Amino acid sequence: MATRITLERCAKTFPDGTRALEPLDLAIEPGECLVLLGPSGCGKTTLLRLIAGLAAPDEGGRIAFDGTDVTARPIEARRVGMVFQSYALFPNMNVAQNIAYGLKIRGDAPAATAARVAEMLRLTQLEGFGERRIDELSGGQKQRVALARAVAIAPSVLLLDEPLTALDAKLRESLRIELKRLLGALKVTSVFVTHDQAEAMALGDRIAVLSRGRIEQIGSARDIYARPATRFVAEFVGQVSRLNLPGRGEVLVRPEHVELGAPGTGSFDATVAVCTFLGNLSAIELCTDDGQTLLAETRVPVAAGSRVGVTLDPAYFLEPRS
Amino acid sequence: MRMKRPAFALIAPVLTVLTCLFLIVPIGMSILAGVTENYFVGVRSGLTLRWVGEVWGLYRETIFLSLQVALATLAVTLVVGVPLGYVLARSDSRWVRALEEALVLPVAMPGLATGLALVLAFGTFRDFRASWVFILVGHVLFTLPFMARSVAAVLSSINLPVLEEAAASLGAGFVQRFFTIVVPNAKGGVLAGALMVVTLSMGEFNITWMLHTPLTKTLPVGLADSYASMRLEIGSAYTLVFLLMIVPLLIAMQWLAARGTRTLPSKRG
Repeated sequence: MATRITLERCAKTFPDGTRALEPLDLAIEPGECLVLLGPSGCGKTTLLRLIAGLAAPDEGGRIAFDGTDVTARPIEARRVGMVFQSYALFPNMNVAQNIAYGLKIRGDAPAATAARVAEMLRLTQLEGFGERRIDELSGGQKQRVALARAVAIAPSVLLLDEPLTALDAKLRESLRIELKRLLGALKVTSVFVTHDQAEAMALGDRIAVLSRGRIEQIGSARDIYARPATRFVAEFVGQVSRLNLPGRGEVLVRPEHVELGAPGTGSFDATVAVCTFLGNLSAIELCTDDGQTLLAETRVPVAAGSRVGVTLDPAYFLEPRS
Repeated sequence: MRMKRPAFALIAPVLTVLTCLFLIVPIGMSILAGVTENYFVGVRSGLTLRWVGEVWGLYRETIFLSLQVALATLAVTLVVGVPLGYVLARSDSRWVRALEEALVLPVAMPGLATGLALVLAFGTFRDFRASWVFILVGHVLFTLPFMARSVAAVLSSINLPVLEEAAASLGAGFVQRFFTIVVPNAKGGVLAGALMVVTLSMGEFNITWMLHTPLTKTLPVGLADSYASMRLEIGSAYTLVFLLMIVPLLIAMQWLAARGTRTLPSKRG
């Protein structure tokens, strides 16, 4: 049965006085994958380390697993599986020994350990790699071993700290899909830290967007994208243009909701400043006649300097509270 | 571009060979003196192991004491130096840096001064002063930084904090982490440090000369004694014995260093 994690009034102040995390309450439901998304320095890693037990919250904060207070428990007593950006595989052990480490520490019988290691190698598609040395593996293989090692002990919660960031783009995408399949199969409560919004949207049952030590918004990928609670969320997740419309004031609009047509057919005309061909679509930067910038996208490229008519549907304007 | 490359290419090896000869010939002559019947007559007086035998008879004890002190020094530097190296690698506090500096002081200071300081501090404890353990203390002071820094260097080259966090997340407490993650990954540094410690301890003269008593003479102290009071052939034979003990250690150290540079664990491990 998956674990429910609750944080109450958890804040983190570093010894030098900087506030990494403002007091926050958070509940992570059993079996869900919560993604902590935000720019560097937003507090997402600090929050993960609080849950892991690698850092303690400030006085008054409380962390509970399934209602049991674990605030005072060190990481080794929390049964968390951790996957690090730098893999953190033990160079003095081969692949199988790395995966077996947690099982040996808790004293599993050799036969049971061997069986579990074999199962983990199968699960992460690493069969036949058991005897390999760590420095003989590619980045993707290393991260799979790290995942197998963390999952082997059947942790109550799986914590992933930017696990795909060190990989190149193609590999990152394929491993992301593999990870999604694995998390779905394991049904373990997991917390995934990333600064990559595509990763967050692909993996998160819910996404918590953090900025300057606060959770700006928490919700499904659709919520975050279509109904951003704050201006920061609107601008951090996906692309957005700020436009001052006569009689309406400032509006926020996503590029895919900017409709382009022949000059004179829309609400107003604009000039194409830059057109970047991206294959499946072209990203357009428009310059309005009063000098504002507006992002749009089209199926077919439009030459820079062309005049176009712009139609905006107010139904798609984003309306963050703050 | 025509440089005087050919000329230089010719001079360089000649210079190297000359330098090597300059260093090796005296040692070779000393060895030869140790196995020559009468050095003043020369090799034609015949070769003999008589002098080596005399050394064995006269100075056997110093050889055993040197081995004993070296091994004991190694044991102490392992027990103290490995954890110390770990602390040096893990902590960046001001105090630890100060400790690291202090640790190297006995290496920078003339050995005689270190020896004198020890005599002043502990000379009044008569049994301690008279025992070989007094020499051990001096040797540990002198060799500890070599073990600690060698271990620290290897541990700093891997991402140890994250490795330890990973081990902790898998349920390992501090002691388990130390023996399953820290020590195995420090192995190269420990081995290099161990060879260094034994070699330095075997050859140490300055501190030992201040600390020894007539009953606690190590090999180098015995050497000085033989040079001063025995015939040249015996002193030379004694040198030969010392070389036989120390050269294998030096070779092992070289071999280890060459191997270490090839299989240094990578930072991303």
